[in-house]
Amino acid sequence: MKAKVHVALKSGVLDPQGKAINHALHTLGFPAVRDVRQGKLIELEIDEKDPAKARAAIEEMCRKLLANPVMETYRIELVE
Amino acid sequence: MDAAVIVFPGSNCDRDIKVALAQSMGKEPHMVWHRDADFPKVDLIVLPGGFSYGDYLRCGAMAAHSPAMREVVARAGKGTRVLAICNGFQIATEAGLLPGALMRNAHLQYVCSDVNLRIETNQTEFMAKYRPGQVVRIPVGHADGNYQADEATLDRLEGEGLVALRYCDPNGTISSAANPNGAARNIAGVYNDERNVLGLMPHPERLSDAALGGTDGRLMIDSLVEALS
Amino acid sequence: MSKSVIEITPEVAASHGLKADEFQRVVEILGRNPNLVELGIFGAMWSEHCSYKSSKKWLKRLPTSAPWVICGPGENAGVIDIGDGQAVVFKMESHNHPSFIEPYQGAATGVGGIMRDVFTMGARPIANLNALRFGEPAHPKTRMLVAGVVHGIGGYGNCVGVPTIGGETTFHKSYNGNILVNAMTVGLARADRIFYSAAAGIGNPVVYVGSKTGRDGIHGAVMASAEFDDKSEEKRPTVQVGDPFTEKLLIEACLELMESDAIIAIQDMGAAGLTSSSFEMASKGGVGIELDLDLVPCREARMTAYEIMLSESQERMLMILKPGREDVARQVFEKWELDFAVIGRVTDTGRMILKKDGQVAADLPVAPLAEKAPMYDRPVQMTPKPAPLGDVPAAGDIADCLLKLLASPDLSKKDWVWRQYDHMVMADTVIRPGGDASMVRVHGTRKALAVTTDCTPRYCFADPEEGGAQAVAETWRNITATGAKPLAITDCMNFGNPERPEIMGQFAGCIEGMRKACLALDYPVVSGNVSLYNETNGQGVQPTPSIGGVGLIDDWAKAVQIAPKADGEVLVLIGETKGHLGQSLYLRELLGREDGPPPPVDLSAERRNGDFVRAEILAGRVKACHDVSDGGIAVAVAEMCLAAGRGAEAGLPGGLGHAVAFGEDQGRYILSIAAGEAAALLDRAAKSGVPAARLGQVGGDRLTFQGARAISLHDLRRAHESWLPNYMAG
Repeated sequence: MKAKVHVALKSGVLDPQGKAINHALHTLGFPAVRDVRQGKLIELEIDEKDPAKARAAIEEMCRKLLANPVMETYRIELVE
Repeated sequence: MDAAVIVFPGSNCDRDIKVALAQSMGKEPHMVWHRDADFPKVDLIVLPGGFSYGDYLRCGAMAAHSPAMREVVARAGKGTRVLAICNGFQIATEAGLLPGALMRNAHLQYVCSDVNLRIETNQTEFMAKYRPGQVVRIPVGHADGNYQADEATLDRLEGEGLVALRYCDPNGTISSAANPNGAARNIAGVYNDERNVLGLMPHPERLSDAALGGTDGRLMIDSLVEALS
Repeated sequence: MSKSVIEITPEVAASHGLKADEFQRVVEILGRNPNLVELGIFGAMWSEHCSYKSSKKWLKRLPTSAPWVICGPGENAGVIDIGDGQAVVFKMESHNHPSFIEPYQGAATGVGGIMRDVFTMGARPIANLNALRFGEPAHPKTRMLVAGVVHGIGGYGNCVGVPTIGGETTFHKSYNGNILVNAMTVGLARADRIFYSAAAGIGNPVVYVGSKTGRDGIHGAVMASAEFDDKSEEKRPTVQVGDPFTEKLLIEACLELMESDAIIAIQDMGAAGLTSSSFEMASKGGVGIELDLDLVPCREARMTAYEIMLSESQERMLMILKPGREDVARQVFEKWELDFAVIGRVTDTGRMILKKDGQVAADLPVAPLAEKAPMYDRPVQMTPKPAPLGDVPAAGDIADCLLKLLASPDLSKKDWVWRQYDHMVMADTVIRPGGDASMVRVHGTRKALAVTTDCTPRYCFADPEEGGAQAVAETWRNITATGAKPLAITDCMNFGNPERPEIMGQFAGCIEGMRKACLALDYPVVSGNVSLYNETNGQGVQPTPSIGGVGLIDDWAKAVQIAPKADGEVLVLIGETKGHLGQSLYLRELLGREDGPPPPVDLSAERRNGDFVRAEILAGRVKACHDVSDGGIAVAVAEMCLAAGRGAEAGLPGGLGHAVAFGEDQGRYILSIAAGEAAALLDRAAKSGVPAARLGQVGGDRLTFQGARAISLHDLRRAHESWLPNYMAG
């Protein structure tokens, strides 16, 4: 089973990188960009056929390692 | 000779290289703000170390698009010498002035330390005062100094003598133990095809003064000053 | 807007940290119940952190003046004169709890905050130091905390481009639930261009610069309460995120504007953000301030007055400008791509009036908030003097003991930490980290500053007064060992719960010891910070008054380091050796005991010995110098050998005893001098009343204490260097 985990800062947490990218896009001539927030995309390949079990396992991985629940949120996408 | 140091938001070794250049040149370089594309004609342009735009997104990526950098690329194309140190090296690769890219250090940590470097050739204006094969001690300070390029490019750089410096042990042996960041083939610095642009991760300006523990870096700056004066 | 619907009860007040009697005092000052915004402001201003309500009584006892002190405690940082119209501005501050919760951001924002305290006063930061205390290595959280804190300090300091050149990293189980992250910044300013925080000039503009305000760090307890309805968890982050890139721009912009005469007063927005900065400026200036919170640059939509006033978003400053200078200032900040907004005016009302959406959101008298803040004279139970230490058995062969000590967590080499900090940027670092004090040149001059942080918490725990004196004396000694003259200190007082009399006893005892040492050494306190409640489940940290010392040398070329320069040099021990093993690392690491009294500090001997050593160094007669502290003579000699890559043969005064080898008697140094100089030096020492004895000679590739097994430099190095990297890789 393949899965994608999208990790992002919680809304409201300052994203210095997003802020700087936003600014650079403006100076490059993209004034329409209103806000930029960046995150991480983590692709996993796991030996698990049952989608429910896979999701549960990934949930745990997110809580324990992949995301920092103090400041980040995550979204799990099972690909196949 | 005249020199210019391009200052980006987040540059932090701009003053250090200014001091080192002034020491060798006997006069101060122009300090050029990144938004200023209309700076004086100079013999040498330095892209200094630091964290332009906080190293956000990719090191050097945002600075590479500044107005001053477009001018630097144009002038480099006409032969102006460019010394790109650390973050400057990252900016130069992002701007296409030099081949390859600087990736996150293999051990994933920032590293600030003296390293030994082997001068691969002294047949350039940047290195004339060193002996070929000389081992010099110059500090690095970076989180993203892991030089990478595809095998064909690496072969070509080596074949054409465009590798400027390699990380080595104190005896000049190229080993993985002497490699502070995982760089391919221990490459610490490279030239462009015309050899008028040098990018390197080590900071020659940090050991250009005996008070700081050594002067091995000073010879690089002196070489340039002598060639361009 | 929810403020009108929230009833302010004693429970709501308690959730803002206000006790029942404190809340009563709020009501008396206002003559009415506060609204939520006002309550939040009182809660922040009267917090332990902002008001020093438990500690002020004791802090007042510390000596704070000397002819070279330009500004003592009470401003953003302390300021001392270093001659030639130059001044040094410095302070140390804790960021303990945030670093335990989120080690990377906690440590990073700690570094950012202390740098702002320093450049707010007009100084360019030129050196950072960090005193770090972690739990025992075996504790499951320790490794992750070390990695995160070190990464965070590097991530922030490296990016800003200020060298991190010193500090400490030690471990003890009392920090398992409460690590300490104490960050210090040293800055350089023109003595006639120091900026203070007192607002002045009725009608003058109040200006906000830096980053936008978000909901960072807003008091969690209130936020979670029902008034703030839906999605509160997602909406209300309490972790502050540092943006070192913006800090770098803010430094450059502030220093550029400070070149002009536009600024009347400036204050950084640290703990309690806009609240404490605006109140401090108004209170110090004896004026009122009126702010229109709708003009504050906000990162998020629909922020309330409460949130704007209590946000702890980083990288922000508040300034009072001269009238008509707004455009000059705006140009500078816009060049550096930072937010700039005129958000209010100085008034003559003596009141803080906050407007939001065209209405008055808060109306508070300024002076009573400061003057009538609660002050506590908390019960104090002094720590009983420890029982004397009985006989101590030898823990094994001297050589084996030395190898084990060098490989112990506190004494092991901390390269793994230093290598992650840029300690060379600014190209003025003349003594790199790892020795006694580190040293940076005063840019463009021959002068240099020696800086260090020290504290031995196990001494403070056993005997707070001796421990407090020792912490001050050790910084003085480390600075002296480079040849620099120690000038002043900053203190960062980390203790447990002050409501427990025995904790207040530790606090009072440490202060008394520090006071005596400062007086005896002409070494005043010019700034500091107090962090209380470092306690989990009734288990407080060992009392930790981290001391940051700053010294000056007229010519950096005269400074010495710990590495002997050549074979054949003679090692001379300065100071008296009694073999004091109480509270020593030898006792703790090799025998598993933490008992006995700590070594007493004889302050007059300390001064005499130190003044002698410094004079010898400045006369150019000393090749290397190292102070003798943790681990005693044996460890000090081993560290000198390792730094030089040279062996040595040494005798021990009074013969080969463990107490002599590893005892931690105070006021001692080891000098390495040319062989021909030894007799004359011993003679001068005798004439000065300074105990001095020939210890041995540098040379070869082994370290041998007479009568003990020789240890190869290779084995010595392996013992010293492997523990930390191996531990972190585990």
